[in-house]
Amino acid sequence: MAGLASSIYNALFRRNTVMLGTVFASAFAMQLGFDTGSEKIWNSINQGRQWKDIKHKFMEQAEDDEE
Amino acid sequence: MTMLARSALRTVRPLGAAARNAASRTATRSASTSSSTAEGTASSWKTNALPAGATLFAIGSVAWYYQMFGRNVDAMTPAEEGLHPTKYPWEHAKWYKTFDHASLRRGFQVYREVCASCHSLSRVPYRAAVGNFMTVDEAKALAEENEYDTEPNNEGEIEKRPGKLSDYLPSPYKNDEAARAANNGALPPDLSLMVKARHGGCDYIFSLLTGYPEEPPAGAVVQEGLNFNPYFPGTGIAMARVLYDDLVEYDDGTKATTSQMAKDVTEFLNWAAEPEMDDRKKMGWKVLAISSVLFALSVWVKRYKWAPIKSRKLVYTPPVQSKILTKLPQPPNKS
Ligand code: HEC
Repeated sequence: MAGLASSIYNALFRRNTVMLGTVFASAFAMQLGFDTGSEKIWNSINQGRQWKDIKHKFMEQAEDDEE
Repeated sequence: MTMLARSALRTVRPLGAAARNAASRTATRSASTSSSTAEGTASSWKTNALPAGATLFAIGSVAWYYQMFGRNVDAMTPAEEGLHPTKYPWEHAKWYKTFDHASLRRGFQVYREVCASCHSLSRVPYRAAVGNFMTVDEAKALAEENEYDTEPNNEGEIEKRPGKLSDYLPSPYKNDEAARAANNGALPPDLSLMVKARHGGCDYIFSLLTGYPEEPPAGAVVQEGLNFNPYFPGTGIAMARVLYDDLVEYDDGTKATTSQMAKDVTEFLNWAAEPEMDDRKKMGWKVLAISSVLFALSVWVKRYKWAPIKSRKLVYTPPVQSKILTKLPQPPNKS
């Protein structure tokens, strides 16, 4: 455990520039993860209610008309 | 101390005892009064008079104050107030639900085919429909059905052009005066913010649209040119019943009953008033999620920082007492 902690420390936090990079990169990754996850939950709660769930009906219809 | 406590008790106890006696005029005595002698019982009404009188006075003044200032004061009669709308369990009103966009599409159809001949919806542009309940092509085609003024050209003439997505929905009348003239002097209000503008919101509009009785109840006075609707303040409304079964034909096959159309158009009007609702709710949940994590973190940091302070033990060791005189320089011992 101590070995892991110190190697994390040496790899990511020892130099200020690297640490800054770590902060930015992890902020980016966490935001991406959080947004993807919460979006997924939201869409499953609202299954079938949003435009993206029903628009295929009207898109297809428009294509049918053109034929 | 015991004296004080006992005298305080005495003012309270006999009150209960008196009440008990009054309720059932039996001679049973509780343990607290059993010690009192015949002389004690004789003088008890005098002891009770003050607290009983004070209680009566207190109850009386509360009652007087309530009847004076505590009751509801209605500036209007119930008829002028209007029947309060029924509370309906709107699905889209839940904190975790979006609008039902299929319903918005149907509601917009009802608005266009029924309400739009009298009511404007002047704060809603065509582009707002795109991605909510219409495809781009549908919205563009709809916009092009109407003509809009151009910017003045080189000669200063204003010409007509077909509508674009950025245009706002056209109003049925040129101005309010024309609208009044066409509706017996009553102005059909703009519906863009109607859900926010009326007490009861969606419930009110749904109740209003579906609340026209076959004929006014016996004894109700309905002015010439007005229609009876119990939900409208005053009960006489210039708008007649507009929704009847199968008035429109939905393209998704939903049966167009009166209440279905009323529900759809109401949800649509709610969207018109709050187009940001779906995003607002989703964003709200995200804010709650993030800030609860941050809150938990800050609680942890606080406990972490305070742990040594709260768990430390302060020990007071008094300085060793010694006679002050022994500290004074001693005179040299003279033999
Ligand atoms: C024939 C014209 C006409 C049509 C069609 C019409 N209305 Fe009205 N509406 C009126 C008039 C006129 C008033 C004003 C009533 C008044 O002030 O007495 C009104 C008032 C209203 C009000 C406001 C009531 C209030 O509390 O002030 C709402 C909401 C409303 N209409 C909704 C609708 C909806 C939704 C539709 C479509 C389903 C619709 N109306 C169709 C003429 C119309």
